[in-house]
Amino acid sequence: MEDKDLIDEISSIRNIMERSTRFISLSGLSGVMAGIYALIGAWMGYKLLYTGYSTSTNIVYDEAIVNQLFLLAAAVLVFSVATGLLLTVRKAHKKGQSVWNQSSQSLLLNGALPLATGGIFCLIMLERGFYVVIAPCTLIFYGLALVAASKYTFGDVKWLGIFDIALGLLAAAFPGYGLFFWAFGFGVLHILYGTIMHFKYDR
Amino acid sequence: MKVTLTNFDKAFENRIRLQIMSVLVANESYDFNSLKELLDVTDGNLASHLKALEKEEYITVNKSFLGRKPNTRYVASALGVQAFKKHLQELENLIRQQKV
Repeated sequence: MEDKDLIDEISSIRNIMERSTRFISLSGLSGVMAGIYALIGAWMGYKLLYTGYSTSTNIVYDEAIVNQLFLLAAAVLVFSVATGLLLTVRKAHKKGQSVWNQSSQSLLLNGALPLATGGIFCLIMLERGFYVVIAPCTLIFYGLALVAASKYTFGDVKWLGIFDIALGLLAAAFPGYGLFFWAFGFGVLHILYGTIMHFKYDR
Repeated sequence: MKVTLTNFDKAFENRIRLQIMSVLVANESYDFNSLKELLDVTDGNLASHLKALEKEEYITVNKSFLGRKPNTRYVASALGVQAFKKHLQELENLIRQQKV
């Protein structure tokens, strides 16, 4: 065996270990799109909150507005997930990787636990009228889900998660500015992250 | 330059076997179809290499059913992990020797 073969051998071991544990078909572009949807959603939410009604306070109480905001947020979520799925499936096909394999299953399973916990928690809070915790909680639990899932995909996802957690905590410290933190965490950060991922891995 | 392979594990001489072991060391367990896709090998080829590793007692096999589909999962045994580490160490030693 030549020594070049030895190095080949070791790098092939490394490569196969990486590929067996991490799902690398996540599309960076889908992050950008999710960010754009979030910004559009936040802008519409802002219109909803601050025009028409001239409330002097930043804190939301009106139930009709809350319902509309909820539908808006749900729409943003559905569009983001659908776009993410579509672009990821396309990228996986292009790379000849299957979408539903052991690493994508681990990715979803590990991300789903904090995400579902947070989602249910927020729904309960919403139901009970604690609107002020929604923005911080969605950011924090989403961040935790990303950190948990990052072990099974690009490590960079962890950083997006950590920034989202930090933003969530800030949002908790400044109640009434939830929408702005929301727009920044789900909008600006996603666009930034997606752009970095796109140039780092997709090209 | 040629190097001697006296300390190398015979079970890992084959690259696919070494790759199978790499996957099983990095993951708690792995199923047959995912392995096949990852390593890009045929059913028969993969099965024979898995048999060989099983015979060495480097891996264990768990057979179960997911609904009606058989689901065969492979797990690295303690013996297998140890052998794999030793093999890697050997590779590293060789590289170090050649650098001097």
